[in-house]
Amino acid sequence: MRPVSMERVEQTRGEILDIIKSAELTHEQKVTCLANKADSLMEVLDLPEGLDELLNVPGDVKCICDLSEGHAPLRPRYITPDYGKLMKEGCKYLNLEAPRDLFEALNTLLIFYKHVPSVTNYPVYLGQLDDLLEPFIDTVDENTAAKLIKMFLLNVDRTVLDSFAHADIGPKPSKTAHYIFEAEKVLEDAVPNLSLKYEEGVSTDEYLKEAVECALTCAKPSFANHKMFTGELTENYVIASCYNGLPLGGGSYTLCRLILGNIAKKASSIDDFKNNKLPYVMDIMARYMDARIKFEVEESGFFENNFLAQEGFISRDKFSAMFGLVGLADAVNILFEKEGKEGRYGHNDAANQLGVEIMEIINDFNNKHTNPYCEVTGGHFLLHAQVGLAEDQNITPGTRIPIGEEPEELIDQLNVLSKFHKYFPSGTGDIFPIDLTVHRNPEYVMDIIKGAFAKDLRYMSFYSSDSDVIRVTGYLVKRSEMEKLDAGHAVIQDTTALGLGASRNGHILERKVR
Amino acid sequence: MQGIVTKIIPFSSVDGPGNRTAIFLQGCNLDCKYCHNPETRKRCINCGECVKNCPAGALSMENDQVHFDPTKCVSCDTCIKTCPHDSTPKASPMTAEAVFDIVKKQMPFIRGITVSGGECMLQPEFIRELFILAKDQGLGTLIDSNGTVPFGNYPELLEVTDGVMLDIKAFYDDEHKFVTGGSNREILENATYLGENGKLYEVRCVIAPDLYDCEKSVKATGEFLLPLYKHHPFRIKIIAYRPMGVRAEYSDMRVPTQDELSGYKDMLSEMGYEEIIII
Ligand code: SF4
Ligand code: SF4
Repeated sequence: MRPVSMERVEQTRGEILDIIKSAELTHEQKVTCLANKADSLMEVLDLPEGLDELLNVPGDVKCICDLSEGHAPLRPRYITPDYGKLMKEGCKYLNLEAPRDLFEALNTLLIFYKHVPSVTNYPVYLGQLDDLLEPFIDTVDENTAAKLIKMFLLNVDRTVLDSFAHADIGPKPSKTAHYIFEAEKVLEDAVPNLSLKYEEGVSTDEYLKEAVECALTCAKPSFANHKMFTGELTENYVIASCYNGLPLGGGSYTLCRLILGNIAKKASSIDDFKNNKLPYVMDIMARYMDARIKFEVEESGFFENNFLAQEGFISRDKFSAMFGLVGLADAVNILFEKEGKEGRYGHNDAANQLGVEIMEIINDFNNKHTNPYCEVTGGHFLLHAQVGLAEDQNITPGTRIPIGEEPEELIDQLNVLSKFHKYFPSGTGDIFPIDLTVHRNPEYVMDIIKGAFAKDLRYMSFYSSDSDVIRVTGYLVKRSEMEKLDAGHAVIQDTTALGLGASRNGHILERKVR
Repeated sequence: MQGIVTKIIPFSSVDGPGNRTAIFLQGCNLDCKYCHNPETRKRCINCGECVKNCPAGALSMENDQVHFDPTKCVSCDTCIKTCPHDSTPKASPMTAEAVFDIVKKQMPFIRGITVSGGECMLQPEFIRELFILAKDQGLGTLIDSNGTVPFGNYPELLEVTDGVMLDIKAFYDDEHKFVTGGSNREILENATYLGENGKLYEVRCVIAPDLYDCEKSVKATGEFLLPLYKHHPFRIKIIAYRPMGVRAEYSDMRVPTQDELSGYKDMLSEMGYEEIIII
């Protein structure tokens, strides 16, 4: 453990006092922030040379971002427990027997969630709810089942205080999913985030229609291209957090992101970017991730001591890591300007082509880099199009087209996206606010989903332009809660603050309505 | 052959089931008081009036023909508002192949195409050519028509047409003449012909309470169509008059209330109609 300066200690103490006195943070949020401040004084990782000037610098020149994972990771960033095992066998550590009816099944899950850590301190994966609950759904009558599911979802929203908590359903229709849709339409809550794994032919049209109608009421579920994900991650994959495809029973050790626009600023030309600046930063970020993973696996003791690992709800060899990026659009536009070329990302074929070439370089790099603890994904990290942070300014999420610059016609936007979604097994997605009149024609959205998945789009979210629950970047917030927070009141979910930041800095309320 | 195309909407959620590319053809033979896009009524006579008024330099005269440059247009609609001939400089002659090249860009995101207008049945041969191309690619084909041109005269067009969306703008002929400037006798005959041949996909009634007795008309329309509905079901759309885009002299008519519209819906469902949509 390396020493730190007294000056840094004093500065951190000042920040700690600010957190303690904050009027806007809830008690839970304060505790989390305090833990992060303590962690920030740790210097235990074996950091690659050159990292400091890429990571610990002001936002407009920062090239690598570690998304506040802290200096001494005490657990993997994202954990995806095998809840199926819990349903079958119960849990020794929590002294829970295998549930026998719907009451017990839901209660077992709610208890278990309290003990699943993650970077947010709340579970980011809540399970494949239809598979978990369908075996119990007929143990009570229909009205009771509907009511229990609704109470369960309400409980999750009020106790898992973070919209990165994600539940999955699909691809086959189920009574469970039906009850979830019915409940969510009434609850209109932000948590849990919900994905429907969709596959044409396996998911019926009635099922898809019901899901679309639900999405146009409360912004969920989102739609995941099941065929594409199973092709890459096998049937044992989950959608967790924002839209992250990860192996079941494991998760992701870490997520760092390249800030491509800022890397482009440092390049003198497109060639310089491709051949020098980008490879240099990628190499350092990969080695930084290696160091984080090494500490988690070899030093932190998590995999030896946490009950999830001890009882086999997760296993170390099912973890991988997410090699993230933001600002592909920014990088392309900056490089085009530097070379005096006309055209912008999303609109110009040459600009889009440069985007593809950059992605090929990143993909190649990732396929060559190996980490001994990512066995489950062939020893490689998984690419991830990161959705942005509340404090991001002038950074466009992942490979998206910047808000305000979306092509006039949705078809042109979809055609651009279809070039990029395929690179990101651990997640990418696009969001489409939809005009109210479409409520009367859900098949319109269904056709777009089917077409998009046939064209290798991976993940899509829709919301009605007038609903209270809206999708910020990957997670959901309530407009009404953002307004409360904006007026200086504490609000229950920590993601509301992220949403407010994103609406100020990221213009999320100005997306083109389709 | 060429059709006169007003515009093409790549993704439309309001021109039939699912997502469709909608193609609007220029020219109409009725004169509805509440027409929402009066600029689609007549063909451009190249008088040049709009060229003078365009603030963006998107219009020019070339060989006595008005030329439209979409890359310069700022969509201010000055041209259509100032055209003295109920037309638009943006409509252009296109072959069915050229239109279909644009349609193809939307595949596989669309399930079909809809040809609308103006009154598209004034150009039936063009529609047929376009529909043959669409059918060849497995796309659905719908026609949105005012019903004044007898479909019975175009069996070959109907062969490649999935269905027709027909306007019945008033049931009684004197009211229909008042609202649209034309008789509805041909329209009702068309409804019968299409219904008997299983080609009636949708019937629309536009509710404009200041213009005619809507209740009486909706009731009579429902009774008239019922035998056809029993033969082959179709959906009914109840469309509220709204002032957007309507010519100034008719733009302050009363907009029907939700209660009125729901009342008509209830009346029709009591008769036995199942799919009734209020817009
Ligand atoms: S659009 Fe109207 S104003 Fe313009 S040239 Fe044609 S007829 Fe004249
Ligand atoms: S809408 Fe008409 S007047 Fe306005 S810029 Fe376009 S062509 Fe010119």
